[in-house]
Amino acid sequence: MNGLLDALAKLGRSAIDRIWRLGFACRFFLYMFLHSGTAFRRFRLTIREIYFAGVLSLIIILVSGLFVGMVLGLQGYDTLQRYGSSEALGVLVALSLVRELGPVVAGLLFASRAGSAITAEIGLMKATEQISAMEMMAVDPISRVVAPRFWAGVLSMPLLAALFSAMGIFGGYLVGVQLIGVDEGAFWSQMQAAVDIREDVLNGVIKSVVFGVAVTWIAVFEGYDAPPTAEGVSGATTRTVVTSSLAILALDFVLTALMFTGGNAK
Amino acid sequence: MDTNIVEIDNLSFAYDKRPILHCINMRISRGKVVAIMGSSGCGKTTLLRVIGGAVRPTAGSTRVMGKDTSKLDRAGLFEIRRRMGMLFQFGALFTDMSVFENVAFPMREHARLPEGMIRDLVMMKLDAVGLRGVAQLMPSALSGGMARRVALARAVALDPTLIMYDEPFAGLDPISLGVIARLIRRLNDSLGATSIIVTHDVQESLHMVDYVYFVSEGRIIAEGSPDEVRGSRVPYVKQFVNGEPDGPVPFHFPAMDFMADLAGGQS
Repeated sequence: MNGLLDALAKLGRSAIDRIWRLGFACRFFLYMFLHSGTAFRRFRLTIREIYFAGVLSLIIILVSGLFVGMVLGLQGYDTLQRYGSSEALGVLVALSLVRELGPVVAGLLFASRAGSAITAEIGLMKATEQISAMEMMAVDPISRVVAPRFWAGVLSMPLLAALFSAMGIFGGYLVGVQLIGVDEGAFWSQMQAAVDIREDVLNGVIKSVVFGVAVTWIAVFEGYDAPPTAEGVSGATTRTVVTSSLAILALDFVLTALMFTGGNAK
Repeated sequence: MDTNIVEIDNLSFAYDKRPILHCINMRISRGKVVAIMGSSGCGKTTLLRVIGGAVRPTAGSTRVMGKDTSKLDRAGLFEIRRRMGMLFQFGALFTDMSVFENVAFPMREHARLPEGMIRDLVMMKLDAVGLRGVAQLMPSALSGGMARRVALARAVALDPTLIMYDEPFAGLDPISLGVIARLIRRLNDSLGATSIIVTHDVQESLHMVDYVYFVSEGRIIAEGSPDEVRGSRVPYVKQFVNGEPDGPVPFHFPAMDFMADLAGGQS
């Protein structure tokens, strides 16, 4: 009986800790949002972070996009040709990428590449007393260090997702049209006719912005909240990647349900 | 003009419910170099953090440059910290900036100065610590002693009224240690500042400070000029100053009787 009570108490403590931490993360977000003036007034700080979070993620995003598009081309052709609709390959590739795979896979890659780097950098700044030094110099580390990284992530993510989708469509074109021999005119014209700028492209962009906010928020919070030890920073970096990935997948479901099911129900 | 830069009255501080500092009283006069000494974990760094407003006392008051830091809001604390400089134990230089940018950082953040003037001021500060020649290096290329000197140049970048040093001598070779000690005294006197040094390096500190507070288990147990400290009869101070292995701070960590331990470990 006592064992059961202990287990329940432990579960309760863990739940309370998590809720308390979520509340702290929300307060942190609000404070960061309200102290973002420096990130825009001195935009060079944000541009520098866009370089580290966005530009340095380009290689992994472009190469992954290309391969995902090429696989979509192969798999899509294999299925479509059974129904004699192989000309619709362009539509399949483009819609898959613009609506789903672009924002989601780019978000997952962004979390692993840039999110983990942001957490590790802020965590190490804390462990080596750089954050405390800034505080003692009367400089608010949240507006000087955290906010520029957050906005850099939010601005970079949609651009990376768009480049991922563009590269994926190019990969699908290479495999479908150049390798397999699907008609080029049909590939592009059906794509043009079927992909709607508002329903598909804009919704994809909205998804990538939401993922950008979620990933970067988690990354900066985990870094800022990391215990100032080697173990603490490594744990925080792992949590960033795991939590961001789960957040992207869960948010994707919610956003897809809101965006696309509504359209079908009409 | 108020002669005391720091006035601490009946200050106590606890982390959660674990008491760290008890009933501390201190007066630090303008222009003096004051050392706070004690063994590791005695609460001296916490005392420095209270003075800097990084943590708030559980009881008592801390007046720094006439303002009670425990009652200041964040804006008020930042206002007072603009007149403070702090040297952290390992320098805490910003690793993504060059030496030049590190020293220029407080100037860029707080003073709207033309770039040419910032350059001149940074070079003057670096020259004062003898490191003008490393201005373009990154902190990772510096030795521990050089990093500490650059951090010192950054701490005095805005000519502070109060400079605080957290273990400035820890882990330095004898040459670097001597250089840092002389720099602390020289910068304090030339800037007309007041310095607080938290340290457990007795010999070097007693040569250069004006006054010493000894902290043990969160309490001030002795204070005085370096000569008074050298001649102190307080057992803890005697053990500390002479580096004796046993005394009020025992060699053995408290444990069960040795014979009983050997006989089977039953306490």
